[in-house]
Amino acid sequence: MSQLPSRLLLTLFLLFAVSRVVLRRREGTISLGSFLFWSGLWLLATVGIIRPDFTTYIAKSMGIGRGADVVIYSSIVILFYLLFRTHIMIENLHHDITKIVRDIALKETKARSTKHETNSNI
Amino acid sequence: MKHRVVIIIPAFNEAQVLPQVIKSTRQQTLSWRPQIVVVNDGSSDATGEVARQAGATVVTHRLNRGLGAALGTGLAYAKQVGADIAVTLDADGQHDPADIRKVIAPIIKRQADVVIGTRLNSNRGRMPLDRLTVNWLSNLVTWLLFGVWTSDSQSGFRAFSKQAILSLRLKTERMEVSSEIFGEIHRHRLRLAEVPIRVIYTDYSRRKGQSSLNAGQIFFKLMLRLAR
Repeated sequence: MSQLPSRLLLTLFLLFAVSRVVLRRREGTISLGSFLFWSGLWLLATVGIIRPDFTTYIAKSMGIGRGADVVIYSSIVILFYLLFRTHIMIENLHHDITKIVRDIALKETKARSTKHETNSNI
Repeated sequence: MKHRVVIIIPAFNEAQVLPQVIKSTRQQTLSWRPQIVVVNDGSSDATGEVARQAGATVVTHRLNRGLGAALGTGLAYAKQVGADIAVTLDADGQHDPADIRKVIAPIIKRQADVVIGTRLNSNRGRMPLDRLTVNWLSNLVTWLLFGVWTSDSQSGFRAFSKQAILSLRLKTERMEVSSEIFGEIHRHRLRLAEVPIRVIYTDYSRRKGQSSLNAGQIFFKLMLRLAR
């Protein structure tokens, strides 16, 4: 009962993470595969928080035998989320840099081009 | 019917062999004069200058962005000039420009949208065993991730129809682009054909090509991309 506020907060946070994944999918930043992976991961974590016996069952079946420690669990979830965000951000930056480099390259070539052999006879 | 053909050569620090590659490409295509475009991917040597002197159009990346980005720029250029066919060749001299006609033939006959010049089904020029292993593993990864089986997923000798030029959207920036292209072929339901080509392995091209080590790196990057 005493864990209720933290469980509620974590559930809300994980639903927020799911909403981010849905939004990224809508704007086309992530593929269907990654959408399924990340939404599945967050939903699984949500189930683990709503039904701790589920994680205890998994922990016991893996021979760990100890239930969830809220602090460790939430830290891992947040770290995972930040890692995901950072990864997306770095990838987007790479794409943006390439786009700028490409646009400059094509513009410079267009400006420099004089007469090209563009009508191949094949 | 006349086809506007653009030959794209992505190049990073290839000043040593590039003039010869351009020269032999020019010689082999003398009768139909395609436009040869070198995408100089932020080279620190004289790649751009020697390419220009050899008569190629040079598109210069101010920063090195990788093979995938260079191919993407080459295809964007082909799209910009309204090319009907785009051919990609490696700059290290491992491809024989005499095969260009063979590679574009299925597109001219409207039998394919993308043609891969495969180094495996040819009895001319043998692929070394380490390359063969890396290539087979890459083919397996390409099939698992993108659902397309090919005998040479890492071949840089390819031809693209106008439809392919217009529809391909390459997102990966490094070597993993070779596998990504097959994902795009699958996504846009493009017709794929393979044509055997000759490979010329020299110490230089073996040094410049993919090593067994970066095959693992490519797999890791593709997995990251899918999990993104």
